[in-house]
Amino acid sequence: MSVETREARQPWILLSPALGAVALLLFVPLVFIAVYSFWLRTATGADQVGFFLDNWAEALTDEFYRDILLNTLKIAAITTLVCALMGYPAAYFIARSKGNKAVLLLLLMLPFWISYIIRTMSWINILGVSGAVNWLLTGLGIVSEPVQMLYNETTVILGLVHFLLPFMVLNVFVSLDGIDTTLEDAANSLGATKWQAFLQVTLPLSLPGLAAGGLLCFVLGAGTYITPLVLGGPTDAMFANLVFEAIITQLNWPLGSALSLMLLAVLGALVLIYNRYLGMAQLMKGLG
Amino acid sequence: MGWTLVRIWTLLVYSFMFLPVAVVVLLSFNASQFGSFPMTGFSFRWFVELAQNEAILRAFRTSIILGLMTAAISTTLGVLASLALVRYRVPGANMISTLLIAPILVPEVVLAVALLLFLNFLNVNKSFALLLAGHVIFTLPFVILVVQARLVSIRRDIEEAALSLGASPRQTFFEVTLPLMLPAVLAGALFAFTISFDDITGTLFWKPGGVETVPTQIFAMLRNSISPEINALGTVMILLTVGLPLLGLALARALSTRRGG
Repeated sequence: MSVETREARQPWILLSPALGAVALLLFVPLVFIAVYSFWLRTATGADQVGFFLDNWAEALTDEFYRDILLNTLKIAAITTLVCALMGYPAAYFIARSKGNKAVLLLLLMLPFWISYIIRTMSWINILGVSGAVNWLLTGLGIVSEPVQMLYNETTVILGLVHFLLPFMVLNVFVSLDGIDTTLEDAANSLGATKWQAFLQVTLPLSLPGLAAGGLLCFVLGAGTYITPLVLGGPTDAMFANLVFEAIITQLNWPLGSALSLMLLAVLGALVLIYNRYLGMAQLMKGLG
Repeated sequence: MGWTLVRIWTLLVYSFMFLPVAVVVLLSFNASQFGSFPMTGFSFRWFVELAQNEAILRAFRTSIILGLMTAAISTTLGVLASLALVRYRVPGANMISTLLIAPILVPEVVLAVALLLFLNFLNVNKSFALLLAGHVIFTLPFVILVVQARLVSIRRDIEEAALSLGASPRQTFFEVTLPLMLPAVLAGALFAFTISFDDITGTLFWKPGGVETVPTQIFAMLRNSISPEINALGTVMILLTVGLPLLGLALARALSTRRGG
């Protein structure tokens, strides 16, 4: 074997374990559940192999599923918006601060390393019947009985914002940090006010980062089922909760497959649209 | 004026991020037998009780073994793939990168369902093996992103110098490339361990009955009410998951300055 062919083969030898793992543990399973979604779970609990449209008919026409899907998208959209409103100024502050940017950024990234389940449940300590807020309110005599503030849609959104905000800040920071600050000075010297310079120069240039952060917040938010279980009430199920119910509780795996693929189709479409217009590079910058 | 508003806003955002976590840590030292306010005194009793709780200790063991194995496998696969992507001109490199990071582009619930159902079809039931396979596949993209970013900065001419001075390719790899890559490898492994240690979304689908990791154990304990023990466990988790990356960061700094100096 010549040196050239060895040289040409080497990268494929290095890549094959990782590519093999992704193929075997992700792509083939996805194809498998696509096939599985057309099988039928019979009353006896066995799967009937075949080509049945029943699961898809149920998933696509049942108003219960449709309503929860729409509600899930609504919750994800509100979460993303709140993350953008809270995160953008913070990212701007870090990017333009004269102090130690790395420390400021690290500080905001710390909660990102703290366990998701701990951060979610920590809100029970704050808002629960025996939490900090109720203790303050009763202590100050504002209310006589503790108020139940938890287990509704607002607390689900609160938990999601707390979980996803670092993703937004990091992505916006990465794009703000890459903007040449002399551009703003130039705009100012040409007669623009600070606010105008921000709106017409800095903001447009930072939109890719905002979009990347927004995509991450939306997709991760719409795919969660833990936050509604911990901080939501009985009627606050999100679409991923339906998947969990179908697979783990009801053991109706063909229906669960169809529901999973529906979620993948909706969120995958967003990722593809994003990739079409902005490309994956921006997203990778924020993650790496 | 505008800048002051931005500063105040940022301060509020930082408080929003830290306040709930600070309350967990504070309450874990509460002497009261309820996991709530008011603080009745300072006490380590919940940590002592934690250390005597069999279920939690078991969960810790499971999480640590799972995290270490995940990190070992995921880092090996990720480092090899990153080497190929950074060091060689591979046709379709962009396409390959996208394929390799696909596990984080697919919602984790969907990944969890697909893997569970497919491996079950292959007669692999819910087991530690399934958990490990799942953790490897969704930590792999993070390892590849982190390692690739750091590999780019290692200059190839150092290796070429070693080769031209008579080192064999094997010697060059083990004595030049690998030591230079060590910070990248450690960072990747640390990232994989932390993500695996923290995961609950996929783990709840894959774990066999009776096996709990730390996050699923906390989740199960939440079903009742929030006990001071959970807060103590939370504090330990915070120390672990924040302390480890910070330690790793410091280690990477130390390694690179020693080489630089």
